[in-house]
Amino acid sequence: MANIIYNIAGMISLVAIVLTFIRMILGPTVADRAVALDGMTIIAISLIVFIAYSFNRIIYLDVAIVYALISFVGIVAIARYLERGI
Amino acid sequence: MKKLKHSILLFLIMMIFWILFTSTDIQELIIGVITSLIIVSMMNKLQPVLGDVKLNPKSIIYSIIYIFVFLKELIKSNVDVALRVINPKLPINPGIVKVKTKLKSPLGRAILANSITLTPGTLTVEMKEEYFYIHWIDVTSENIEGATKSIVSNFEKYLEVIFG
Amino acid sequence: MELTGAIITLIGSLFLFLGALGIFRMPDVYNRMQAGTKATTLGTILFLFGISIGHLECGCFGKISILILFVIFTNPVSSNALARASHYVGIKLTDKTVKDDLKKDNIENKGEKI
Repeated sequence: MANIIYNIAGMISLVAIVLTFIRMILGPTVADRAVALDGMTIIAISLIVFIAYSFNRIIYLDVAIVYALISFVGIVAIARYLERGI
Repeated sequence: MKKLKHSILLFLIMMIFWILFTSTDIQELIIGVITSLIIVSMMNKLQPVLGDVKLNPKSIIYSIIYIFVFLKELIKSNVDVALRVINPKLPINPGIVKVKTKLKSPLGRAILANSITLTPGTLTVEMKEEYFYIHWIDVTSENIEGATKSIVSNFEKYLEVIFG
Repeated sequence: MELTGAIITLIGSLFLFLGALGIFRMPDVYNRMQAGTKATTLGTILFLFGISIGHLECGCFGKISILILFVIFTNPVSSNALARASHYVGIKLTDKTVKDDLKKDNIENKGEKI
């Protein structure tokens, strides 16, 4: 029972990633694409943790932490670049 | 004095993170203490931002209350955004307003800006000294005083006690 | 216990979906950022919390709480940096906008850069 609900939650997150991806392709400006990328990485962190628990590979949690760090630095770098060039 | 408080608080925060990462094994604790001491001694030339935190019983109680106020506002803001997104007519009335804060310490202002971003319908766009420019999804009052009263003052009364 | 965790995870994933829908539907960058930041933050917190209390036996609550703290602290900062940069570049607000104080102030004291 609980496993089915977990799988449904994972599927809903996958649909959410598809929606942000469509916005990333459509987005009229660079900032729109950066916002969509930000949302995508955060949903991807949740999915990595979900996969870590459902495949029983706890080492993937470290991957999620490093991915969170790198996505934060990446978004701030994009913002700096938009503002006045790196 | 301020620098000493900053160093002690930084050391405590790093030790808490180390324990969360590893475990309370004695060998790992010794490695953590040594590493944290090295990092704190390397960092003591930077600005002591954590030195503004007041450490008396009243401020500790207020910080615990602040966490709960923050969580309540976070849930409220999410329900608000969800209702707006689901509604087919998309009821938004956005604008950028200017508010004024009374806080002096840099860390207090940073925490205030982050809290504003996570509360119902507001997003901090720019900070210039004591003025914040806030994108508001549903503008209800257009002058500085009204906007300050309805956005900032809810958090400010707690942060004023914690940071001074 | 496992069922409680599963239901919390489901609510979190619904918030993630609503955040993504907000990014998809809203008319301009700033409104997209509002939906994207708030809904995904609470969604991620609930999703991770639900998964970790559903699998208590593995004992890795510490790493999950580090991840939750990290998301709470960095998500508003990155969206603030992005909003500031897009206003600096001059990306237009939507037509429904009521007022724009920052633009007015920047025009008034034009000599100094923000």
